[in-house]
Amino acid sequence: MAVAIQIKNLKKKFGDHWVSNGVNLDIPEGQMTAIIGRSGEGKSVLLKQIIGLIQPTSGHVIIEGTDIARLSETELNKVFSKVGYVFQFAALLDSLNVFENIGITLLESGMSAQKVLPIVKEKLALVHLTEDNLYKYPSELSGGMRKRVGLARTLVTNPKIILYDEPTTGLDPITAHIIHELMYDMQQQLKVTSVVISHDVEIFKYADNVALLYEGKIEYFGNAKTIWESDNPYIYQFIRGLTEGPIKSDLTYFKDRY
Amino acid sequence: MNVATVTYILDYIGITFLAACTRVGFFTMFLVHAIQILFTTKLKINKLFAQMNRIGVESFNIVVLTGGFTGMVFALQSYIGFQRVGGEQFIGAVVALGMIRELGPVLTGLMITGRAGSAITAEIGTMRITEQIDALRTLRINTFQYLIVPRILASTIIVPCMTAFAMLFGVIGGYIICVHVLQLSPEDYRSSIQNYVELSDIRGGLIKSSVFGLILAWIGTYKGYYTRGGARGVGIATTQSVVLSSTLILITNYFLTKMLEQL
Repeated sequence: MAVAIQIKNLKKKFGDHWVSNGVNLDIPEGQMTAIIGRSGEGKSVLLKQIIGLIQPTSGHVIIEGTDIARLSETELNKVFSKVGYVFQFAALLDSLNVFENIGITLLESGMSAQKVLPIVKEKLALVHLTEDNLYKYPSELSGGMRKRVGLARTLVTNPKIILYDEPTTGLDPITAHIIHELMYDMQQQLKVTSVVISHDVEIFKYADNVALLYEGKIEYFGNAKTIWESDNPYIYQFIRGLTEGPIKSDLTYFKDRY
Repeated sequence: MNVATVTYILDYIGITFLAACTRVGFFTMFLVHAIQILFTTKLKINKLFAQMNRIGVESFNIVVLTGGFTGMVFALQSYIGFQRVGGEQFIGAVVALGMIRELGPVLTGLMITGRAGSAITAEIGTMRITEQIDALRTLRINTFQYLIVPRILASTIIVPCMTAFAMLFGVIGGYIICVHVLQLSPEDYRSSIQNYVELSDIRGGLIKSSVFGLILAWIGTYKGYYTRGGARGVGIATTQSVVLSSTLILITNYFLTKMLEQL
């Protein structure tokens, strides 16, 4: 299986704390890889290092033979044309309506609104949103709709890789299910490589691979479909939500301390 | 004082000095980058006009009120002084020169800083903490071309226009007080302005206000762009933006006055 993203000994330090402490991971092309881990483990920081929004302290992120860890702003634009990023809370621009948000890349490149409109409509249909929403502002949309608009906006650039930062956070189980289905559809239809940061065990139904991030390193990488049979102690503890095991829980910390 | 204490103090001074130099460097490079983007990319004209409207036109009422009432107070205060030496006929020139050379540009700069400079920081700061700026980057949009350049350029252009109104309404305010309250001759007021106010005074005032416009938008966008730490961070950045802009406007005013005097 070809590798879409190669992460080699990636390290990132904030103050005295190593958020990424030697991450090594090969993300297979055309598949969905879920990165799981406890809150505050640096999953979002890892994702932002993959796309170049955060520069690592050391290490390499190789996409199609280019090490993006040390690229200039202009060179990063080439990366952004291949890699799309769906933000945790969608990060839609408040002052723009749905049409302008989705079509912003094309509109800002000088394309006329008339030419952009059919493209935006097509992407809106892909994320199962009706055209009634085109001229609504982000404040008029529900959380799930915003995330779908965020995904549609990413799709406009026709990326080969889509990075999802906790796409179902803050959503009810039904809407979360819809978002998962949507991500899976994108995966199947567009044959893109997807990397999903998630806390939701539901993601295992849709992902091909799972990577567990713990203390700044990948402690486990394996098939998502067989994850419940895994005897890896980290995975075993994490997916079952156990407090006892190699992953230090707040409770263990509390017990150790007092 | 032992060697360790001296070393500690020197260390502290050195670190503080280097940190200050770094901050000034970042701040300067921010403007240099904005100027570079202005000349190397296509200017977003619609965004420029939108910002001119938000920074300038929407501040019109507050600028006119400030200018008008300052001119009125200035006329009253001048009257008290000039009456003692019998120089009431010079009040028009004093009010006009004061408004055109100093009070118009400085007060307009300060008022627009409070109204629009703070809004610039809060808006861009909110965009930063809600990842909208990161989103723009991933969508291959030059954030300086999209957010920074239109604001800085708009402010540099529109603040002198607003200052012209502050000057005008200041002079009118002075006239109202002199003629209708203090019962002085309207002819004296007009002629003293004609005799003592020169075109270079107006030019100097407008140059100053243009620099103040640049300062308030430069600091506003810089503080917003580098906002950290959620809603509290936006609050802190906004406060810092207003305080720093106001202080810098007052300091720059002295040096600009000195410089323009020599031209």
